[in-house]
Amino acid sequence: MQDFVQHLINGTSLGSIYALIALGYTMVYGILQLINFAHSDVYMMGAFSAYYLAMFMGLQNSPGVATLASLLAAAMIGCSLLGLAIERFAYRPLRKAPKLNILITAIGVSLLLQYSAQIIFGADPKVFPKVLEDSVLIDFGAVQLKSLDVAVLIVTVIMMLALNFLIFKTKIGKAMRAVSQNMTVASMMGVNVDRVISFTFVVGSSLAGVGAVLVGMKYPKIDPLMGTFIGIKGFVAAVLGGIGSLPGAVLGGLLMGLSEEMVVAYLSSTYRDALAFGLLIIILIFRPSGLLGKKGVEKV
Amino acid sequence: MRSLLPLCLTAFLSLAACTKKNANEIVVGQFGSMTGSEATFGISTDEGVKLAIDEANAAGGINGKKIKLVTMDNQGKAEEAAAVVTRLIEQEKIVALLGEVASSRSLAAAPIAQGRKIPMITPSSTNPKVTEVGDYVFRVCFIDPFQGTVMAKFATENLKLKKVAILRDMKSDYSVGLADFFKQKYVELGGTIVAEQTYQSGDVDFKAQLTQIKSKNPDGLYIPGYYTEVGLIARQVRELGIKAIMMGGDGWDSSKLSEIGQDAVNGSYFSNHYSSESTDPAAVDFMNKFKARYNKTPDGLSAMGYDAALVLIHAMKNAKEITPKAIRDELAKIKDFQAATGKITIDEKRNASKNAVVVQVQGAVNKYVTTINP
Repeated sequence: MQDFVQHLINGTSLGSIYALIALGYTMVYGILQLINFAHSDVYMMGAFSAYYLAMFMGLQNSPGVATLASLLAAAMIGCSLLGLAIERFAYRPLRKAPKLNILITAIGVSLLLQYSAQIIFGADPKVFPKVLEDSVLIDFGAVQLKSLDVAVLIVTVIMMLALNFLIFKTKIGKAMRAVSQNMTVASMMGVNVDRVISFTFVVGSSLAGVGAVLVGMKYPKIDPLMGTFIGIKGFVAAVLGGIGSLPGAVLGGLLMGLSEEMVVAYLSSTYRDALAFGLLIIILIFRPSGLLGKKGVEKV
Repeated sequence: MRSLLPLCLTAFLSLAACTKKNANEIVVGQFGSMTGSEATFGISTDEGVKLAIDEANAAGGINGKKIKLVTMDNQGKAEEAAAVVTRLIEQEKIVALLGEVASSRSLAAAPIAQGRKIPMITPSSTNPKVTEVGDYVFRVCFIDPFQGTVMAKFATENLKLKKVAILRDMKSDYSVGLADFFKQKYVELGGTIVAEQTYQSGDVDFKAQLTQIKSKNPDGLYIPGYYTEVGLIARQVRELGIKAIMMGGDGWDSSKLSEIGQDAVNGSYFSNHYSSESTDPAAVDFMNKFKARYNKTPDGLSAMGYDAALVLIHAMKNAKEITPKAIRDELAKIKDFQAATGKITIDEKRNASKNAVVVQVQGAVNKYVTTINP
């Protein structure tokens, strides 16, 4: 039982990071029906922006909430600028092109970022600065609640609440929802579609930046290829929850994290990914549009 | 314009022909992970190899011919290793091949070298299968059965551990092999393996596996992986409050290990090819030369790269003519050759029989603990 609770804590903490990444995929998909493969590398760049800010400001060894906040800000700004640039220069010129072209461009951008990062930052792993002191908050003997896990959860929840507010309570949020329903009609109603799409990339990318800082804080090793694995997991989480659905992405992320953890705990670590992904396939057989996805009716 | 094109082409072709063939050069190829997540492996090895080759060239080369080293990056990927090795052989026309550290990548390259009959020396791939590929594949390091045995002996005899858990990287031939050999010997010596878990290179979260291991309460933890993951694993081991002594193999040998793992890796042991605290004159000589050139202490992989190049140079000097076949035959004859990491004898299976050292991680330094003979 104690083990189970510990696994639950580990899984939730990991899952909430997947959820943050999944949100970025799902937001862009919701608006452009594009799988933004470069998202995982925007995430990687977020980790490096935070790393270099810490180096530059001498924050390597001053753990605290202020450090966390400034690194989060650095990663969010770095990622939004990058997301904005990718959308403007790589995707927007292809807005009218077939969907497949833009998908291939996304893969290209992803590789471009990975390999440029290897040239610029060097390929060897870097050690992420210590952001928070990892102390035990609550100790039940065999089960420990660590401050890092709690911080990950708190930051994730704040981000999700902020996102919820943004999308359902603000004008730009309304515009985003309008564009995701029907781009042409939205533009006829006076919505500046290009601006809304850019904004979506900014929001999605800054969430990736937040994810990057949280991962760097929890697993302090960053390298130019760090996005690949977590990107796949985040993408699958988005599909599982129902791509295009925001609560779905969160649910999908948490389910991914927990199922991976529980597979290792009670079945076998060798077959972790096989079993975790097998579970996903089964869910998708019964709910093809994901857990919370809308039934897609193709309009002819 | 029209007349210019053939002219350009001829000029280009003759230029290309010129750069390709230089009678006063012996071209040796090297492939390694110069980028990618295990980049320090490739870079360290390359530094050692370059040191040896530049020394040989400064001393007059091979019968007046200079050695030209062509190094290609495989990004730490097996498929890329196969591609660059083919290119080295087909386009660069190398006579011998040096590389790799990781057994998975040596295994990808070895059949190509064997097929084209180009002698290949791996500096530090320890998986037995590598040299089993064929009679053109050699190594200057010990193999995993020995390395696993060393650690199993050390765990039972020196550390007196009764219950050990194993955490291996299921994607790496090296890690899987080493774990098997360790387990076999450790059980034979009377120890108990209480848990076996796996991870995959690239993972960052190991808490699920470690929570399982913790519930078995082992007093030792064998993690035969590479430093990139081991650093993070060590941190999470201590975060979960596991007190077990951690042990590993030569894949731990990188200054990044203690940078990533920090306090968590201190006090852990791993088996290695050499220790920078060695007092052997050959080793000391190598370390001084290395420090003079690169201004840092060489790790084990630099030493192995240096030795692989030394062995190759020695074979080329002895060969009557510089052909892949003649070099191969000389390599097979190497006996009691004094290299930086000890005396190297190539056995009939083209493996080097050498002793291993056990070192303990203490911050950025790896403290010498003991030497274990084959």
